[in-house]
Amino acid sequence: MKILVPVKRVVDYNVKVRVKPDQTGVDLANVKMSMNPFCEIAVEEAIRLKEKGAAEEIVVVSIGPAQAQETIRTALAMGADRGIHITTDDAVESLGVAKLLAKVVEEESPELVILGKQAIDGDVNATGQMLAALLGWPQATFASEVEKTDDGYNVTREIDGGLQTIKVSSPAIITTDLRLNEPRYASLPNIMKAKRKPIDAKTPADFGVDIAPRLEALKVAEPAKREAGVKVESVAELVDKLKNEAGVI
Amino acid sequence: MQFTEQHDQLRETIARFVETEINPHVEEWEAAGEFPSHEVFKKMGDLGLLGLRWPEEFGGAGLDMSYSLVLAEELGLINCGGVPMAIGVHTDMCTPALARFGSDELRHEFLAPAIAGDVVGCLGVSEPGGGSDVAAVKTTAKSDGDDYVINGSKMWITNGLKADWCCLLANTSDGKAHENKSLIMVPMDTPGIERQKIEKIGMHSSDTAQIFFDDVRVPKRNLVGEEGAGFIYQMLQFQEERIYGAASSLKSFDKQIDLTIEYTRDRQAFGQSLLDNQVIHYRLAELRTEVELLRSLVYRCVEDFNAGKDVTKLASMAKLKTGRLAREIADSCLQYWGGMGYTADNPISRAFRDGRLVSIGGGADEIMLGIIAKLEGTLPKKKKPSGPVGNA
Repeated sequence: MKILVPVKRVVDYNVKVRVKPDQTGVDLANVKMSMNPFCEIAVEEAIRLKEKGAAEEIVVVSIGPAQAQETIRTALAMGADRGIHITTDDAVESLGVAKLLAKVVEEESPELVILGKQAIDGDVNATGQMLAALLGWPQATFASEVEKTDDGYNVTREIDGGLQTIKVSSPAIITTDLRLNEPRYASLPNIMKAKRKPIDAKTPADFGVDIAPRLEALKVAEPAKREAGVKVESVAELVDKLKNEAGVI
Repeated sequence: MQFTEQHDQLRETIARFVETEINPHVEEWEAAGEFPSHEVFKKMGDLGLLGLRWPEEFGGAGLDMSYSLVLAEELGLINCGGVPMAIGVHTDMCTPALARFGSDELRHEFLAPAIAGDVVGCLGVSEPGGGSDVAAVKTTAKSDGDDYVINGSKMWITNGLKADWCCLLANTSDGKAHENKSLIMVPMDTPGIERQKIEKIGMHSSDTAQIFFDDVRVPKRNLVGEEGAGFIYQMLQFQEERIYGAASSLKSFDKQIDLTIEYTRDRQAFGQSLLDNQVIHYRLAELRTEVELLRSLVYRCVEDFNAGKDVTKLASMAKLKTGRLAREIADSCLQYWGGMGYTADNPISRAFRDGRLVSIGGGADEIMLGIIAKLEGTLPKKKKPSGPVGNA
């Protein structure tokens, strides 16, 4: 079985992002970029499936600028087998990404596409679902447990109020939630091995996909700053403040 | 220095390892006065981090020193000095001579498990009677049939309490001080070895021992390289120790400056943040400049080392400057942290205590100055020690 894992290069989760002064987006100059944490979980899950003997090959695909190759290389160092880099300097919206991925699926014929439920930059949470619609494949989103069965997967999903286990048949789309696994670090031998793993370079035009944006961002603004709190000496003072200052009781 | 994608990925792996496997435990380890070196080393061994430069035949990665530099730099992110020091002793201080001059048999027995992280190594050079003065080593390893019989004691031995083996410098003959020493691999469970913990003002999580050798018998095949070449081997090994020491300090220095910027920005005094005082932001800018200069020197050292050049002078300069800067940065930062800096539980007072060692361990500042002066041709020729009046 072949698994396709789409990965995205995003601002590192440790970075405190700042909005650009002209409010057109987030300032990315000199900011540390890394693989989207949900994508890392997807790569890890694919590797675990392969280690269990449920898959033979893991193909990683990323859409983005030249540096997205580093993100692919990271996935290869974790244990994926080869990469596809669709180079573009444009910001590609979820629909564009899903259309490109659908074309890659057509070429590669994987039996499973496993990807992050969302990327931590836009938190859009749409690519997996759109891809499932375009392909007409079953989807199991927000997976916290994946079990391979003879003809598909049992997937435990995190939903409001609890867990839901669903059965999907192969081929399928699975999107990963935070608690699915803890991704490994790339070991040094694997980092060196990844150097020799192939990465195919493509462009959106190669697939004949129009990635022009459909959405227009009017303004990006920072959330309102939280005011500093105060410490109260006693319960009486607290009640007094709640009653007279906050007016909530 | 040109770093590749592989260097960057290695950096990432080490930084994450520090963040998830080491830093969450540092407070506990500092309080306990030790850290679980076997457990930490095993995890590092599994990631292939303990034998970056050593031959693949023994489990190493066969890479050049630029990778060791990356390891040392990222280990500087650890929230104390003791743990990176302990790791450095294992990877870059007690193993280089063994990896370079040891027989295959010896390397299979001692180096391979050290690279795998199955054992902890230590280096036995300093003695109660002399640390930086390596020629003054008194420990003896006398030939007796197929064995050496070792007597003496070693002092300030990092990893000493828990180490499984020691790369020991001892006198194997009575000849000249520079020609009578040998490095010998000593399993620490050999009868006749006793260890005692040394309490220190800093580096609390690192176990430091005095080790006593009383008729300790090891087979002669445990000799590293040639008999009598120990002093030379140790001098070579010292360069790697010094480069590691300097490289592992860089990010710790940066972190102290970062933390002080953060602290003084938040701390209000006389109606403004402390950081807005020119004396503080200028001083921190000055210190940052010093760190970048040191970084450049360390990188140059590593490039020269990789090119096969003799780096004695540059490595001594880097070691000297690291010791000086460790004191300067920690002292300045502690000053700006004020009363908070003087309390026990904060990263700046720890850096103040831990960093003080750099000017002493691995050859004191004065030894570095002596080496540099000697290579400059400015060191006066040694006079015979003057005896008491009337002594012929």
